[in-house]
Amino acid sequence: MTITQKKPEPALKAFVPFGEGPLGRLGRVLRTDSLAAVGIGLILLMVVLAVFGQWIAPFPEQGMGQTNISQRNLAPGALHWLGTDQLGRDVLSRIVMGARPALTVSLFVVAIAALIGVPLGAIAGYRGGWLDEVLMRITEVFQSFPPLLLAMVTVAVLGPSMTNAGIALAICWWPWYARLVRAEARSLRDRPFVEAARAMGVPTWKIIGQHILRNCSTPILVQATVDVGSVILAAGSLAFIGLGAQPPSPDWGLMVAEGRGMVLTSWWISTFPGLAIFLATLGFNLLGDALRDYFDPRQVKR
Amino acid sequence: MRYLASRLGSSAIVILALTIIVFILARVVPSDPAVIYVGPKAPQAELDRVHAELGLDRPLYVQYFSYLLGLVTGDWGNSLATKRPVLEELATRLPSTLELIFAALFLAVVLGIVLGVVAARRPGKLTDAAIRFLSIGGISMPTFWLGLLLQVLFVGRLGLLPATGQFSNSIKYSDPVSTVTGFPLFDSLITGNWVAYTDGLEHLVLPAITLAAYPLGLIARMTRASMLEVQGQDYIFTANAYGLRQRAIVWRLALKNALPPTLTIVGLAAAYALTGTFFVEIVFNWPGIGAFATAAMLAVDYPVMMAITLLSAVGYLLTNVAVDLVQARLDPRVRIS
Repeated sequence: MTITQKKPEPALKAFVPFGEGPLGRLGRVLRTDSLAAVGIGLILLMVVLAVFGQWIAPFPEQGMGQTNISQRNLAPGALHWLGTDQLGRDVLSRIVMGARPALTVSLFVVAIAALIGVPLGAIAGYRGGWLDEVLMRITEVFQSFPPLLLAMVTVAVLGPSMTNAGIALAICWWPWYARLVRAEARSLRDRPFVEAARAMGVPTWKIIGQHILRNCSTPILVQATVDVGSVILAAGSLAFIGLGAQPPSPDWGLMVAEGRGMVLTSWWISTFPGLAIFLATLGFNLLGDALRDYFDPRQVKR
Repeated sequence: MRYLASRLGSSAIVILALTIIVFILARVVPSDPAVIYVGPKAPQAELDRVHAELGLDRPLYVQYFSYLLGLVTGDWGNSLATKRPVLEELATRLPSTLELIFAALFLAVVLGIVLGVVAARRPGKLTDAAIRFLSIGGISMPTFWLGLLLQVLFVGRLGLLPATGQFSNSIKYSDPVSTVTGFPLFDSLITGNWVAYTDGLEHLVLPAITLAAYPLGLIARMTRASMLEVQGQDYIFTANAYGLRQRAIVWRLALKNALPPTLTIVGLAAAYALTGTFFVEIVFNWPGIGAFATAAMLAVDYPVMMAITLLSAVGYLLTNVAVDLVQARLDPRVRIS
């Protein structure tokens, strides 16, 4: 008698309730949820600005910091659509040129946080025992700092710069991934398909890779989407208080800070870069929210 | 009671771990704290003297234990910038910050719950979508930017409200607030100083709204989600079948059962408000610990940084313990032995 080995696909199917490809899924999210469409639109806009910024910006050199003293504090007009700042630089160009560093730092932070947190969480959740205990205590300590505070102190200690802000944010962000994946791994550990794999002698690292991680890819994806936005906001906040990007780099948070002293007279210098942070963060939050609603089987949608 | 004791016990361990992290962070400072203390061009002998005075010449573990001992005995060191005791500096500034946080959280909790309930009444409809956009907008909004926008609108354009500070400068001379509890606005109220009180309220409006935006978004979202879950339950169906009034069903039956998850998020909201004050206080020149803290971080004034970090973490921990206790009070199912 031969035992036909069944792949653990069916159990997996029950978790992901669609039979369509990724593009079809995306289309469905967009059709059912107009806010998600707004989110994707904002994200696409940011990506386009980040990639093609130097060809889109009307004054790319000014965007990178070249001063233009004769044109200081001009209100928005035909030549400078969003006005100029206190050094005469075109605000629109600076915002456009700011998209790339903002997105790069944010993707870097989320990638590092996920690369540290996801494997640690998966191993801790799957293995349990003292390893799990130790790891969870460590993440608890990290999470008992109010958000951003640990990052602020770390940047202050390392010295304010955009790179250090990225490092500090990554240090503060990984525990969230560790806890998220650990919770998923624990609930998956005793599911029949994982037990079956164990019984068949599949090595642990393979179980973690094939069954555990693959099945928590959805919550990780949702979290990462939201986090790209949150990190843009966090990095901008750090830069605003001087603990991030330094002049003359085209950082949105820094630009808000630079215009703060003149906000009642030259409102455009602070307002538009802040709007850029808001819209970028909003885009990722809207998309993440829609994805969460869509992937969560418990969600009541009437 | 035993639950409380074990919670406080584990919090104490976390706090101990926090002191280690804070201490390590402060000691890997690449710049020499003594240089900040005496200034950049001091002679070597003076540097050595300050090294000895601050205890920087001793081994690290000795420094750590003397730091711990100082924490317990109330000696948290002197600010390198102002040269005054850190605890004293913080104590004079903390009440203003707390007043701001309380006002903001009050706004956020009340408005957030109402919005969440209203949104959950007809999910997917226009009101729901609008409230959803508002709450996601709240958590996407850079705090400092919202503050500046409000200043542009209400101070610059409309001229309705004051831009900065906790009181007008003239209050100091015309109607000085006498100190009773140390909380300026509260003191002005209980001493019947109406001029100062109304002035203080006017100054509070914009910073409080700014600080409330993020917690408001969090709370509204959570309330909406848990209301939706509760409204699908059988007893709500039964209540509907009995023909109870909708208002009673939603606000009495459903909301009561939807509150616990909302309460959990209030702890997180309080934590966000805590770091949020750092930004709000800078924008509005609020005389609290937030503005002081950011100045300390830019100057690498490490005793102040250590104190602020530790204090906020302890505040956050205690908030969470308090939230759990209230939770157990409200919800018999949560009452763990």
